[in-house]
Amino acid sequence: MRLADTLRFARDAAAGTPLRTALSVLAMAIGVAAVVVLTALGDGARRYVVGQFSSLGTNLVIVLPGRTGTGGFNPATAITATPRDLTIDDAAALRRAPAVRRVAPLNAGTSEISYGGRLREVMVVGSTAEFVPIRNFELAQGEALPDDDWNRAAPVALIGAKIRDELFGSRPALGQLARVGDRRVRIVGVLKSTGQGLGMNTDELVVVPIALAQALFNSNTLFRVLVEAKSRDAIPQARDQALAILKQRHRGEEDVTVITQDAVLATFDKLLGALTLAVAGIAAISLAVAGILVMNVMLVAVTQRTAEIGLLKALGASGRTIRLAFLAEAAMLSALGALLGYLLGQAGAFALRQAFPVFPAVAPDWAVFAGLGTALATGLLFGVMPARRAARLDPVQALMKH
Amino acid sequence: MALIELSGIERSFRLGDTTVHALAGLDLRMDAGEYVAVMGPSGSGKSTLLNLLGLLDRPNAGSYRLEGRDVTTLSPDEQAAVRSTRIGFVFQSFHLVPRLTAAENIALPMTLAGIAPAERRRRVERALADFGLAQRAGHKPDELSGGQRQRVAIARATIMQPPLILADEPTGNLDRHTGDEVVHLLEELNARGVTLVVVTHDPTLGARARRQLVMEDGRLQHDSGDAAR
Ligand SMILES: Nc1ncnc2c1ncn2[C@@H]1O[C@H](COP(=O)(O)OP(=O)(O)OP(=O)(O)O)[C@@H](O)[C@H]1O
Ligand SMILES: [Mg+2]
Repeated sequence: MRLADTLRFARDAAAGTPLRTALSVLAMAIGVAAVVVLTALGDGARRYVVGQFSSLGTNLVIVLPGRTGTGGFNPATAITATPRDLTIDDAAALRRAPAVRRVAPLNAGTSEISYGGRLREVMVVGSTAEFVPIRNFELAQGEALPDDDWNRAAPVALIGAKIRDELFGSRPALGQLARVGDRRVRIVGVLKSTGQGLGMNTDELVVVPIALAQALFNSNTLFRVLVEAKSRDAIPQARDQALAILKQRHRGEEDVTVITQDAVLATFDKLLGALTLAVAGIAAISLAVAGILVMNVMLVAVTQRTAEIGLLKALGASGRTIRLAFLAEAAMLSALGALLGYLLGQAGAFALRQAFPVFPAVAPDWAVFAGLGTALATGLLFGVMPARRAARLDPVQALMKH
Repeated sequence: MALIELSGIERSFRLGDTTVHALAGLDLRMDAGEYVAVMGPSGSGKSTLLNLLGLLDRPNAGSYRLEGRDVTTLSPDEQAAVRSTRIGFVFQSFHLVPRLTAAENIALPMTLAGIAPAERRRRVERALADFGLAQRAGHKPDELSGGQRQRVAIARATIMQPPLILADEPTGNLDRHTGDEVVHLLEELNARGVTLVVVTHDPTLGARARRQLVMEDGRLQHDSGDAAR
């Protein structure tokens, strides 16, 4: 049979049994759509978390007071290693490390801010001028904290956009004197809103000089020190240098913990990669189920059409002609199903993105290709297998099946 | 040379533990251009014989030579090729493809054989005119009368211009008048040299043939050709 005739014959055969055709196309479409939507969810989750972590700042090395992690409880160190304070001078010393670009000591706590009789509770962060760029924050108005002696408690503050709105309304906030805890501070800048994220929300944040925060919270140690390495490649050096400097300053005792954001990120990336794979596995199963559904539909079709196969053989069709006709039919059905499923899946992912704009629900290319490929392959395989069997029947046997 | 030569043909079916001998020790010879009626009681093996002649079925034993060639030993695809070009089959229940139009049904053997569309169209147009179906070309089988359906089936059986036409009770589903029309069509084909084998229960119809075979229990009980020979 000629190719054009085979295709037309297959098309007419598919159109001749609309319910059966619709069922197998639907099965295929659901399988492919499931792959696209599920992997879009999984990969979206992965990229969302990775994105959130990157937004904490780039090339970060974080220093925490105290030794954590390895070894568990050790009675010997439990007695001797009362963690030494991590001081402002320690943080300042880290600026000497060649692999380090910027350093921001950090202290944080809750306090109150009041202005003109209005009062609210806020998160107060003590840091330095470099805190804002290290954390990838930006100023909407005003200027940064003074970049002078870190031990000087200059009475100034940066405030978040929401705090400005609540305390000052439409009046200008810059230059006003507000009260933070028991201190009077001058508002010198307003932080640009970053939106909701994994990190701190700048909207309800008050940033004051580190020395002021220590006085406010009556503490001598730092909560942590953010260290920005000069480049991604310099992160391990920055880590080692920071550790060496602090060890030296703490009389040879390694009583701080240094973590790199990269390591955290890599762990999460791996974890979420596994998640994506698991999701892909689920999708593959749903695809296999769709394939089996297609197989069943085709099996029923061949049984229903065995008499027709017998007739075709009686009219002189070779086994090859019959196999090709069914192959073409299966190919059309699964191609249509795959296409429909692809569109359905992309529409689903689009709807997800519309509903949750922060969530990048985009199916990865490999998943789309794997989904389409599996759909076509199973559709073809399961479409042709029963046809092969039918084509082997003696014509009279096939003809008698009504 | 004989068109058909059967010798020692056996065909049996197993039903549970009993074996039904549908054809037993059958020897038969037909020349080209003959008009043969096969008659006999129900279950005597007429359809089984016709299916064997049409290569729709295989004998358990014996040999079948068609146009001098042993066709029982051919592969399924070689047999398909023989069916395609040498044999036309007409069934009692028409066996048209319901989703195809009359013209497409008639063209089906040519389509399967890969004949070019232009040639197909030319031959189908001729056949439609010859069988009085010119007005029905675009109709589906369920839009045709029984007689028209059988005419489409005969047109389909002849479209590859085979030298042998096999018809299994071609008038069985038709009233007398339309049945007669169909028989006339088949006889016209025979008049043009096509060998015609018709299975029928109708004695008047059987009597029209130049040679009558009467079967009983899978054997030839009477062959009018023997007397003539
Ligand atoms: N596929 C089959 N399986 C089992 N037995 C069969 C099969 N085909 C035919 N037979 C048996 O073979 C015998 C001959 O059947 P066949 O159809 O040739 O008879 P027939 O002469 O055509 O009868 P009728 O006039 O009713 O059409 C019958 O006994 C029938 O039951
Ligand atoms: Mg019969």
